[in-house]
Amino acid sequence: MTQIYWENIEEGNEITPLEKKPTTQDLAKWAGASGDFNPLHYEDTFAKTQHMEGPIVHGQLKRAWLAQMLTDWIGEYGDLLKFSCQFRAVDYPCVMKDLFESTGDDNPLMCKGKVTKKYTDDGKNCLDCDIWIENAKGESGTLGKATVALPSKG
Amino acid sequence: MLPEKLEKLIGQIGETGMFEVEKGAIKKYADSIGDRNPLYWDDEYARNSRYGAMIAPPGFFGWPTQWNTTMPFFSKFREKLVSASIEEGFDKLLDGGSEYDFIQPIRAGDILASMPKIIAIIEREGKSGVMLFSTLETTFINQHGVKVAKYRQTIIHRK
Repeated sequence: MTQIYWENIEEGNEITPLEKKPTTQDLAKWAGASGDFNPLHYEDTFAKTQHMEGPIVHGQLKRAWLAQMLTDWIGEYGDLLKFSCQFRAVDYPCVMKDLFESTGDDNPLMCKGKVTKKYTDDGKNCLDCDIWIENAKGESGTLGKATVALPSKG
Repeated sequence: MLPEKLEKLIGQIGETGMFEVEKGAIKKYADSIGDRNPLYWDDEYARNSRYGAMIAPPGFFGWPTQWNTTMPFFSKFREKLVSASIEEGFDKLLDGGSEYDFIQPIRAGDILASMPKIIAIIEREGKSGVMLFSTLETTFINQHGVKVAKYRQTIIHRK
C-alpha cells in the first residue's frame, strides 16, 4: 500500500475515486456479512411492493464503499476519525454477465471525495472531506463527510 | 409539541449487547465490500503493522455473542422507538443517515459491549407536514474498558 503524507495534501485535492459495479450477488453477500436481510435488497416481488423497480443497493453497503475509498486513500498510517453519510436516492444493481462478474454497464457507481479543510487538532494532522457516490448520470444520491488524520513526513 | 410518549424516550438507555469480532466475520465483511486490504486478510502482515493484529473495517462491530434482541437489525430498543412513533401516527420511516466516531482500533478477537441511547427526538415542519428526527447513539466499549466507537443512526418519521 502506498502512503500519502499530510504535507502533500492541500484543500481542494481529490480523493482517489473507487468504482463499484454491484450485482444482486454482491447484495446477497452484504446481507450475509452485515446481517441486513431486508428482502428489499434481493426479492424482486417484495421490492416492487415497496414502489421500487427491483431490488436496491443497501445504503449501508454504499456507506462501506465510501469508508473503503477513504481507508485506501489514507493508507495504513492514516486514521479515519469521523464519518457520516446520508442516503437521498436509491441505486439499482448491475445485471450479471456470468456466475461472478457484472456487465457493469448499466449502473456503475463511483465513490468520490474532496478535501475541504486542512488543520491540526490536538496534535493530529487532520483533513475534513466531502464524500459522495455518483451514478452513471453524474447524480449523487449518497452524500457524506469524513475527518481523517494523516502521518507527517517530519 | 412533541407527544409526551415520545418526549419520555429521550435519554433512555437500551439493553447492553455483546459482540464478538471474529477473524472469519471480518473477512466475510471485507469480501462483501470488495476490500482486499491486507489488514483484514493477512495475519502476518497485520501482526507486523502498527496495529499488531488484524483489525475490523470501519463500521464493522462484529456479531452478537448470543442470539438475542440486540441482533444488528432487530434491536428491541429501536423497535420501541419506532412503535411509539407509529402510535402517534408517524408510520413512514426513512433512513436519516449514519454517523460514526472511530475512537480506537477494533481488533480481531475483541469482545465489544454495545450501549444504545436515544439522544434526540426533534420535531420539524417539512413540505409534507410534521416530521420527527430521532437519533439513536450506540457506544461500543471493548473488553479492556476502552471506548472504541460511537455510531449514531437517525430515523426520519413521517405521517
